[in-house]
Amino acid sequence: MGASSSPKLSGMQKQVLSLYRGFLRAARSKSAEDRHKIESIVSGEFRRNSKQVDRKNFLYIEYLLRRGQKQLDQLKSPDTVGLSSLNVSVSETIDSKP
Amino acid sequence: MATAMFRRALPRASALSRYTRARAHASEAEQKERASTSLKTFSIYRWTPENPTKPELQDYQIDLKDCGPMVLDALIKIKNEVDPTLTFRRSCREGICGSCAMNIDGCNGLACLTKIESGSSASTITPLPHMFVIKDLVVDMTNFYNQYKSIEPWLKRKNPPETKGKEVLQSKKDRAKLDGMYECILCACCSTSCPSYWWNPESYLGPAALLHANRWISDSRDEYTQERLDAINDEFKLYRCHTILNCARACPKGLNPGKQIAHIKGLQISGPSNA
Repeated sequence: MGASSSPKLSGMQKQVLSLYRGFLRAARSKSAEDRHKIESIVSGEFRRNSKQVDRKNFLYIEYLLRRGQKQLDQLKSPDTVGLSSLNVSVSETIDSKP
Repeated sequence: MATAMFRRALPRASALSRYTRARAHASEAEQKERASTSLKTFSIYRWTPENPTKPELQDYQIDLKDCGPMVLDALIKIKNEVDPTLTFRRSCREGICGSCAMNIDGCNGLACLTKIESGSSASTITPLPHMFVIKDLVVDMTNFYNQYKSIEPWLKRKNPPETKGKEVLQSKKDRAKLDGMYECILCACCSTSCPSYWWNPESYLGPAALLHANRWISDSRDEYTQERLDAINDEFKLYRCHTILNCARACPKGLNPGKQIAHIKGLQISGPSNA
C-alpha cells in the first residue's frame, strides 16, 4: 500500500496499526516463551485478515477493531499469562481465542 | 304422476341442498383456515461477522395462532423452527433479567414484555439503536456496563456498623426513597433511546447509570453521598441530560430515570444535607 517514503494512511489504517502495536506492547509484559507465541498468533491474525478482508468493508473492519481492542484489554491484565488459538480446519475463518 | 314428479324432484332438491351444503361447508372451512392461520411477517435485522456483507432485514412469516403472545415467543419460534442461525439474547422470559432488550417497531423494549402487534403489517425488529452489533440482535454492552461500574454501585461506609458483623439498618421511610430505582434491571432500553447518549456514549453516563448513581446517593446507609455527587458533577457525565425523557417512555419497568437525574441535579445545587 502506498509508497514507502510517505505512506498516507487513513484513520482506520492507523487504528489497525496502533492496535497491532498495542498487542506487541502487551506481549512484552509476558514471559519470553509466551511473548513469542503471542506475537506469532497476533501477526498471523493481522496478516490473514489483511489478505482476506475487503479493504472497503468498513463495517467488518470496525467490528474486527472492536473485537481486537477487547481481546487486547484482556491480554493487558496481569492475570492473563498467554494467548492461544484454535483453528478448526472445516471452516477457514473460525478461530477462537480465550 | 305426482309421485313420479315428487320422486324426480326429490333427488334434484337433495342434490341442490347437498351442493349448497357443500358450498357452505367449503366457505366454513375457508373461514376456519383463514382464522386458524393468521400470518404475521417479522422483518429482523441480520448481520453476522462470519459472512461480512451489509446488514439486511430478513422476513419471517409466523402463524400467530401457533405462537405465544409476546415478541420473544415469536423469536424463539423462528429460531426453533425456521432459522436456527438467528441470534438474540434471552433468559428469563418474564422481564426480570433484561437480556432481550431490542428495538421493536421503532421502540426500545424487552421482547418478552412486548405483545405482538395484531395488525397485518410487518413488525420490524432491530438491535438497540446506536450500539455496536456483535451479531444479529446481540449488541456490545461493554461501554454500558463500564459506565455502571464507574458510579461504584455498592454500599460504601466510613464507619463500620454499630454491632460488628450485623447489617446496617434502615427505616421504612428511608427504604421507600429507593422505590422507583431499585427495580432497574439494566436492560439499556433507556440509555439507547436517549439522543444525548447517542451523540456522547463515551462521556455521558446515560439514564441507566445515573439512575443507579441516584439510587446510592439517596441510600440512607451510604456515607459517601458528597463524594458520589462530586464524582458525577461534570458537564458531560451528568449535564448532557437535557430532560428529553425518552428514557421514561422506553423503560419496560415503568421507571422514570429522567426524574432521578433531575433529583441529582437538584442535589448538586442545594447540597445533600437539604435533600
